[in-house]
Amino acid sequence: MNGIHDLGGMHGFGPVGPEPNEPVFHYEWERRTFALNLATGFLGRWNIDMGRYAREHMPPAEYLATTYYEHWLYGLERLLVEKGLVTAGELSAMHAAGRAQGLKAIGIDDVPRMLRNRRAARMDDHLAAPRFKAGDRVRTKNVHPTGHTRLPRYARDKVGVIDRDHGVFILPDEHARSGTKVPAHCYAVRFEGRELWGADAGPRDAVFVDCFEPYLEPAS
Amino acid sequence: MSDHHHDHDHEHEHDDRPGPHGAPLTDVQLRVRALESLLMDKGLVDPKALDALIDTYETRVGPRNGARVVAKAWADPAFRQRLLADSTAAIAELGYIGRQGEDMVVLENTPKVHNVVVCTLCSCYPWPVLGLPPVWYKSGPYRARTVIDPRGVLREFGVELADDVEVRVWDSTAELRYLVLPQRPAGTEGMTEEQLADLVTRDSMIGVAQVMAPAR
Repeated sequence: MNGIHDLGGMHGFGPVGPEPNEPVFHYEWERRTFALNLATGFLGRWNIDMGRYAREHMPPAEYLATTYYEHWLYGLERLLVEKGLVTAGELSAMHAAGRAQGLKAIGIDDVPRMLRNRRAARMDDHLAAPRFKAGDRVRTKNVHPTGHTRLPRYARDKVGVIDRDHGVFILPDEHARSGTKVPAHCYAVRFEGRELWGADAGPRDAVFVDCFEPYLEPAS
Repeated sequence: MSDHHHDHDHEHEHDDRPGPHGAPLTDVQLRVRALESLLMDKGLVDPKALDALIDTYETRVGPRNGARVVAKAWADPAFRQRLLADSTAAIAELGYIGRQGEDMVVLENTPKVHNVVVCTLCSCYPWPVLGLPPVWYKSGPYRARTVIDPRGVLREFGVELADDVEVRVWDSTAELRYLVLPQRPAGTEGMTEEQLADLVTRDSMIGVAQVMAPAR
């Protein structure tokens, strides 16, 4: 979706503001929000792409006026209701009408195993033959899906060169929609700064975007 | 527990609990507390597991891991080769594996190429080697500007690159996680891996800083 999350190339944000000796969390509620997201994610009722898509629905004005973990809180509340873990009534009352059926909270002993995950979105190479190879010129599609996509607006309808084939990964677009794991080659595509931003871009600047094969077509 | 461990004179000292000054809880603090209670009552979360998750990323996993990877690459040419050929496997040799680092790519800076990593769409970041991202990495200015004005952003961080240096911005739009291998500074010959690791900053592994030679 053409959401507010898709920030690449916007002007007007002002300087980047690094904080010296920044703590990992600034507030206790940030710690809890982070952990609640992970712990409920481990229940397996949604995947990471559904999680991102949920956050992308935050109304733009609200997204810009809130901090990062407030985005996580918004996405979590949305998913809890959407996936039936909590009813809308329970959420608005903040009161449980009963125990969740068929789900067990992850315990402290489950945590190390959950965090030592070694396979996420990668799929077996044999599941899809690559359409492109390093050095091929490609053009990204001019698409504006209302669903989830990982092709940023600034990199649509642009010509680039395949830098490398990362292998086969779950296509996020369909994964967010239905949970189906569609295998797709994912490529690092190199775009020259001037292709993306015009003549004012630095002549020796390039942006590499990881593009799933369905986002690409051959360029002459 | 962990919510009291910052310096008390630190301007970012925050405590959500009503303290001696009786500061009221904000809406978001109240909301998160209520949500945690709701999920506990539903049997969907266990607060001890939440504590363990927080503790992992607050005290155990952080940029020190990445610094060890970089230092080893500087000190051990065979490791450097493995790291550039199969980053995930080489990083796993040091035991750094897991969530948000399942598929790693290391980008080597050279005198002619400077790499910098961003996630314009959200906040993708290599947790096992760098921990959780700092606020600026997740914020509008960095996400908006790095792809369109990388040299301007780098200048704000104090990195001034010559015109003949190529800048490569890596937008983490998929599930690959990027770690920059900064250039080894001059004057570090003969240093041990441990000493080298002390020089490597988080920002240098994101690509918004260079590693400085130790003061003599």
